[in-house]
Amino acid sequence: MESKETRRTFILRGIAASPGINWGQAYVIKQKDVPAPQYKLDDPGRVKREVARFRGAIATFESELDDITEKIRNGEELGPLLIDIYRMIVKDRRFVQGTEKNICDRQINAEWALQISLAKYRRIFGRMEDIYLKERVKDIENVVHSLLRHLSGDKTEPISAITGQVIIIARDLSPADTVQMTSDTILGFATDMGGKTSHTAILARSMEIPAVVGLQRVTGEVRTNDIVIVDGTSGAVIINPLPDMAKRYEEKRKHYLAMEEDSLKRALLPAVTRDGRRIKIGANIEFSEDIPSALEHGADGIGLYRTEFLYINRDDLPTENEHYQAYRRVLAQDGIKWATIRTFDLGGDKFLSDPKLADEMNPAMGLRAVRYCLREVDLFKVQLRAILRASAYGNVRIMFPMISGVQEIREVRHILDTVMAELERDEIPMADDIQIGIMIEVPSAVMMADSLAEEVDFFSIGTNDLIQYALAIDRINERVTYLYRPLHPAVLRLIRQVVDAAHAAGITVAMCGEMAGDPLCAMALIGLELDELSMTPLAMPRIKKIIRETTVEEAKHVLADIMALTVTDEIEAYITRYMIERFPGVCPMINGET
Amino acid sequence: MKISKSFTIKNEMGLHARVAALIVKVTEKYQSTVTLEKNGEKADGKSILDILTLACPKGSVITVTAEGDDSGSVLEELDALIESKFGEK
Repeated sequence: MESKETRRTFILRGIAASPGINWGQAYVIKQKDVPAPQYKLDDPGRVKREVARFRGAIATFESELDDITEKIRNGEELGPLLIDIYRMIVKDRRFVQGTEKNICDRQINAEWALQISLAKYRRIFGRMEDIYLKERVKDIENVVHSLLRHLSGDKTEPISAITGQVIIIARDLSPADTVQMTSDTILGFATDMGGKTSHTAILARSMEIPAVVGLQRVTGEVRTNDIVIVDGTSGAVIINPLPDMAKRYEEKRKHYLAMEEDSLKRALLPAVTRDGRRIKIGANIEFSEDIPSALEHGADGIGLYRTEFLYINRDDLPTENEHYQAYRRVLAQDGIKWATIRTFDLGGDKFLSDPKLADEMNPAMGLRAVRYCLREVDLFKVQLRAILRASAYGNVRIMFPMISGVQEIREVRHILDTVMAELERDEIPMADDIQIGIMIEVPSAVMMADSLAEEVDFFSIGTNDLIQYALAIDRINERVTYLYRPLHPAVLRLIRQVVDAAHAAGITVAMCGEMAGDPLCAMALIGLELDELSMTPLAMPRIKKIIRETTVEEAKHVLADIMALTVTDEIEAYITRYMIERFPGVCPMINGET
Repeated sequence: MKISKSFTIKNEMGLHARVAALIVKVTEKYQSTVTLEKNGEKADGKSILDILTLACPKGSVITVTAEGDDSGSVLEELDALIESKFGEK
């Protein structure tokens, strides 16, 4: 087993260059510096040979470009055209003649002359104002780099040598590298350099390989064989993800694959059933950078803002100001109607700096989330102060995870009241109508839902944990994952009990677990009359489509039918058949999802 | 024969590499010399790097001059290409 230090979890934020999500083993390309010696040609007779050497490098590069053209399958339009651009640059008479002239006039070697030519173009492009045009100097740099490589006699092409399926990690990839990538061997890539309009990004998009660029230090953080998630949709790269993060991204990946272009276009229409019931669609996010994509996929607001990333990327604790800035960034985004911020939901073991807290045998049931916060009140207060300060700038809802009964929420509210009083005393602005809610994820909270509803403004059902606690499944233990079934009749009854208790008390009830984004569960959830469904953005178009094409009445019929069944297999069989017949376009791959 | 015509660049990205490559693909087919001119600066219409270094973002006005036996044909084809915004937005 590897030590914790070498498997440390990192999250890097870059520029989402090509959408899609993939995860796999990293393959770090160490870019060799191409030697570029500079020397004078002492013997005039060598000038001719040097020009010949330069032309030889051009010829080799051209035949390499021919090879690449042949290797590109499907003949994507962008690939060959890009190769054409390279070919034109390397044959460009001003470029070639200028370089040869330098070799002859200054009696210098080809490498030196090339560097002089490149420096000239860097000067010209450096003066340009248009950012897009300015960036095109990269094409010349790539060509010069390739020529220098050929002049040095180096024949190796890193990308084509890779076998197996990997995530490519590199400082930068020349478009010539990326056109050799195929989705068979390359799962995605993450680079230190690059921008959204770079050829690399454009090509990755045309080849439908997820890519995040401009990460600045990904080559420094990742080692070959680390597990890496590339989320080219939001621009995140996660190195050695925690198990539940990995699961979450696997869900996201499936949603991305299942998403239809067509439903994306209609994702912005409101989620209203044909008989007029509006269901709010929330987004589950981890970073403010996820929000544009969430809105594009049809979110009304943020239903679950996970704040854990603030803690896990580092050795020390985040300051109040760091919390505050993160929350402000979320609230500053146009178009979100509300943001539900969930407070700290980790175990104390995530603080590497605190060795006192040993690893627990079963962290899911250990000292975590609100339990930990009630013990480490000072740490909790830092986050609460930051959320309250941010509330002055947008519609914030605060949500507490892992509440198991009335006593805990009262203790939490007491702390919250104390912090509010402090802020009021210091005349720090905050909203005066902040909604306070709890996650319903511990079965005891379901049993107490009627009493809890008197204490808070909203519920949000966290099905991931609720299912594992209710059905006694360790989600990390693969031998029992087959028992994890959202459509287990007990789960449906638990949800119904929560919704009934909430509505009886006049508060709203949301769902923010994976179940909320599962099209197979959608009819049941509409029938159960949840007020808000919060999910990963990629799941939204399909769920909204189902909502818009059904009625509450139809959903209630489906719900009544499945709640009359007592065997999970029968419920799943019934609903699968129903969805395929009723929504053939929405659930084309229900059975194919593995 | 020497003929000239002025154009306004209308595509969003201006004369970037892909577009410059398309221009060179046309000019290379003909014998005539082709010169692009913007604000007194000239670029060889058969050199992709020359065209790029002219730095023509959207809205730039350029004058294209063709000189040679087939100057009419090359200008005609460039006209169609530029007016179609190079197939871009």
